[in-house]
Amino acid sequence: MAVLLRIEDLKTQFFTSRGVVQAVDGVSLHVDEGETIGIVGESGCGKTMTALSVLRLVPEPGRIVGGHIWFRERDVTKMDAEQIRAFRGSDVAMIFQDPMTSMNPVTRVGTQTEEAMTAHERFSPKDAMGRVVPLLQRVRIPAADRRKQDYPHQFSGGMRQRAMIAMGLANEPSLIIADEPTTALDVTVQAQIVTLLKQLNRELGTAIMLITHNMALVASICSRVIVMYAGRVVEEGPVEQIFKNPQHPYTWSLLRSVPRVDEKRRSRLVSITGLPPDLVRMPPGCKFHPRCAFREDRCSEEEPALTEVGPHQIARCWVLMENVSQEAARKLEAVTVPHDVAQELKAAPELEEAADGG
Amino acid sequence: MAVEASTGTSTQPALDPVLLRVEDVYKHFPIGGAVGEVVRAVDGVSFEVRRGETLGLVGESGCGKSTLARVVTQLQPATAGRVVFDGQDLTRLSGSRLRRVRRQVQIIFQDPFASLDPRMTVGEIIAEPIDNFGIARGRARQERIQELLRLVGLNPNFTNRYPHEFSGGQRQRIGIARALAPNPTFIVCDEPVSALDVSIQAQIINLLQDLQHEFNLTYLFIAHDLAVVRHLSNRVAVMYLGKVVEVADRTDIYESPQHPYTRALLSSVPVPDPVVESGRDPILLQGEIPSPVNPPSGCRFHTRCPIARVPGLCSETEPELEPHGRPTQRAACHFAGSEIG
Repeated sequence: MAVLLRIEDLKTQFFTSRGVVQAVDGVSLHVDEGETIGIVGESGCGKTMTALSVLRLVPEPGRIVGGHIWFRERDVTKMDAEQIRAFRGSDVAMIFQDPMTSMNPVTRVGTQTEEAMTAHERFSPKDAMGRVVPLLQRVRIPAADRRKQDYPHQFSGGMRQRAMIAMGLANEPSLIIADEPTTALDVTVQAQIVTLLKQLNRELGTAIMLITHNMALVASICSRVIVMYAGRVVEEGPVEQIFKNPQHPYTWSLLRSVPRVDEKRRSRLVSITGLPPDLVRMPPGCKFHPRCAFREDRCSEEEPALTEVGPHQIARCWVLMENVSQEAARKLEAVTVPHDVAQELKAAPELEEAADGG
Repeated sequence: MAVEASTGTSTQPALDPVLLRVEDVYKHFPIGGAVGEVVRAVDGVSFEVRRGETLGLVGESGCGKSTLARVVTQLQPATAGRVVFDGQDLTRLSGSRLRRVRRQVQIIFQDPFASLDPRMTVGEIIAEPIDNFGIARGRARQERIQELLRLVGLNPNFTNRYPHEFSGGQRQRIGIARALAPNPTFIVCDEPVSALDVSIQAQIINLLQDLQHEFNLTYLFIAHDLAVVRHLSNRVAVMYLGKVVEVADRTDIYESPQHPYTRALLSSVPVPDPVVESGRDPILLQGEIPSPVNPPSGCRFHTRCPIARVPGLCSETEPELEPHGRPTQRAACHFAGSEIG
């Protein structure tokens, strides 16, 4: 498959009064034509900023300070204002978490969808008008010819998200970036949207970059997964490989920190202690080492590079999970509540109750 | 205490295995206008929570689960019905008798940002229930606050800090410490982890499990995340549009769901396993939850149900919660257990 998008050593920083926030710190990744990739990580790991950088939509006071973003043969970072305007929407479309804030509340849904087409002058106003209903039907909006007259607030959350996808598809982009597209939706509606995204990928060959914290969603939609932490890629590989054999302790912990709806036997969840690092004052060495249960001395001294750890799988770690014993891994499932403190707390109020009664 | 509370049933064993009985509870909210329209948020719900267990309550937004949490804790009065806690009907208690029960019944809220007063220090927040219920004074009070902080994994010297100085997960720990302060027996957890990042969710879920074990707590655990509910609950109740549509032991409901809504819900949840995912085929429901102002006639789920007979039984007669499937299971469906084609 030909490469559609190639990000090379991307650095996106925010210049704040506290200092320079290194939101994206040397990210390299690629998306093939028609491919579905997932970018996962917790809030603040840089996944959304990577996506916004691709569209050059990084909000103030942030800016791209280094690297290249190749879309086919063109470097997005070098585009002028006119070029980037033509690029957004027609080559790459973005779907956001909250469809309500990304739609115009005083314009009819049909008109907004039409505007998405005429803005790029790819379709004549007449053609654009004719395409609205088929587009809304494609994203399974019932009674589309009537509902196109509705305003966004008359749509339910799931329908708004579908209308957003319709607008995203309006100019037949080669890549859809979906940033937590189902996080705000109920699970039955989430299933509808996920099914829709999969169909669009299959039927139109649109590549999808799914940004999410939900590993299960990635397993459902994506063929390749990229795990980010502290503004960098820490692991990448085919989805089966990553879920079966995660090598970075962060990926491993993320997968074991969520319960499964199909769990037969109740297992203890692995919790990652502490918080992600302050992106202004990053720790030395591996950025995950302060929270890593398997760290060694050199982890705090020198940052590991991304190295091959399996077929098409790379990870940024000195230790790697294949070298961690099962006993060491099982320690993470230990009980954390101090028993002695609990005993004292239980004992104390009984005295008062006795005093109260007497 | 049970002797006085239960009139005429003197042969009852001393300790009722059921701690909380919710009996035909309604909560309607009037909406503007003269026609007397109401939002039927909770519309005739009955269930019980046994001592020491976790009852998971699941459902999508708008199904009434959070309203139910507020009625159970008497933060809002029920429109009708009884909430019987440890033999006492809370809806009929007031003043000091309600206060005494309230000490036993605590709640942990979803939003760790909105549920802590930003102008109070952590010490003051945790001291409030201690003072309210006269649990400790002076030095013992201060020690108890610090012990509670240590218990939930926070630095005991942080009593003079304000909520904004803490992360979301840490704030949720403060909320848990506050709930534990009066040594309750029953805690309503209303979506306690849904606002948190996944790794932090695991910390809080483990903490809640450890605390339950350590203090022999009973939980009503309300959430929309079916995986979290399966992980934490002994029994599970599923709500739809103000009603309980199915209730059963956790394994039974997840392995052999009887109500078509439960089936659709469970089939909608993706699993973090690409091999399982490639074979999973969700039951896609049409549309979304109807308005609780004018719920559909008959079975409320019939407008979205893949097996409903409409017009017919499903659109005309409301099904009762009755035994279906395995021995622990009850479902409110005329065609419970039918194949979904």
